[in-house]
Amino acid sequence: MTPVLRYLPLLILALAWEAAARLGLVSSLALPPLSRVAVAWLDLARDGELTTNGLASLYRASAGLALAIVIGAALGVGMAWWKHFDALVGPLVELFYPMPKSALIPVTVLWLGLGDGSKILLIFLGCMLPVTLGAFNGARGADRMLIWSARSMGAGPLRVLRDVVLPGALPELLNGIRTALALAFVLLVSSELIVAQQGLGYLIGYLGSTGTYDGMFAVVLTVAAAGFLADRAYQALMNRALQWRD
Amino acid sequence: MARLIPILLVAAAWEAFARSGAVTPFMLPPLSAVIERIWSDAASGELWVNAKLTLLYRTLPGFLIAAVAGVAAGFAIARNALARWFLDPIVSIGFPMPKIAFLPVIVLWLGFFEASKIAMIVLDAIFPVITATVAGIAAVERELIWSARNMGAREGELMRQVMLPAALPQIMTGLQVALPLSLIVAVVAEMAMGGYGLGAAMLAASRFADSRGVFAGIVEIAIVGLVLVKGMALLRRQLLLWHPETQA
Repeated sequence: MTPVLRYLPLLILALAWEAAARLGLVSSLALPPLSRVAVAWLDLARDGELTTNGLASLYRASAGLALAIVIGAALGVGMAWWKHFDALVGPLVELFYPMPKSALIPVTVLWLGLGDGSKILLIFLGCMLPVTLGAFNGARGADRMLIWSARSMGAGPLRVLRDVVLPGALPELLNGIRTALALAFVLLVSSELIVAQQGLGYLIGYLGSTGTYDGMFAVVLTVAAAGFLADRAYQALMNRALQWRD
Repeated sequence: MARLIPILLVAAAWEAFARSGAVTPFMLPPLSAVIERIWSDAASGELWVNAKLTLLYRTLPGFLIAAVAGVAAGFAIARNALARWFLDPIVSIGFPMPKIAFLPVIVLWLGFFEASKIAMIVLDAIFPVITATVAGIAAVERELIWSARNMGAREGELMRQVMLPAALPQIMTGLQVALPLSLIVAVVAEMAMGGYGLGAAMLAASRFADSRGVFAGIVEIAIVGLVLVKGMALLRRQLLLWHPETQA
């Protein structure tokens, strides 16, 4: 199927949106025409609102996610590598994994206030366990034969970890990070919607509360598109990183 | 039981750390104080009102709608070319999107009460169900379908009696993702909109700098989440009693 035909349904939806709003089928307050949303987006981009808040959100998400990836992967590989460590940490991971991460929003605010710190901590805590689990499953599934061969050829434990276990764990680890990436967006936007003075989520809430609905729709679509594009870009990157596999 | 030991260790460490004076009781109230608070919430009935609203009026209705609609949409995509053409791009764009950003839009359309919270939950929880259903049906063995056809099964019978059971393991996996997600969204929606419910109570406690209330909320929501996850795993075993994965 050609891309045009494939994405035709989305175009139809966009046209239906425009038509419904223009023809007065729905109140233009509840659904401003798409064209007006586009104009509002340009306005927001021009006076820098989108960049300032976007950069604040980007900083929080990337800092939180980076911490989650580094510490989460270390925890997961450690659990797979040392049985005693697993016996201690494993049940905790199992306990905290199903915990709704959004419940942490008020606590991080209690600890670190309304600024960047509380969002970074929230994203770090929320995104760490999927990474841990991915690293753990991947490293645990590492091929015994490969490890034995490496050992018999004289590789020390660190060498084995770096050259055999980590590459073997990569596919599952990268999948865990993909889950974490999606979670980071969700946690970022929800925490900014609920308590913040900056960021795209805050901007959505602010525009909504002042009744600037075309602007609000513009930012909502921007965040949604950013989440989608981030996932697609990550997938492309992941496929490249795993190219060496057959 | 050996698995309980690390949990008890964490509980003990929490209590000891909170009492050591390294942090103020505001930053981390002792676990015993938090349990006391949960107890008094339960005794006054407030806990039950909030838990009932969060779980029975929001999380579960939203999850059930998402489950039924998601499986139906999954079947439509898997079996009908027109539905596939229309829904496929919407699902592939909608799934990785942070749907929570639409919260203010949903509030604008549906107001501040149950309808908007349930709609928000459905919007989030439906995508894992759809993709799991589509993947599950795609993996059904062709021989099963051919044999059923050969024996005269109609499309409806084929779906109900062959594809649904054969795809059930994957559908259940989708539902197991969707249920905790429903709770997460319910809590966020309550925090953002206020009113009653476990999430709203937690945020109110945080506004009043009532840190015991905040930590009590975390423990309560974590317990609800754990019960839901364990319940789904149990349901999976019951529904898949015939399946090799359970019999192994």
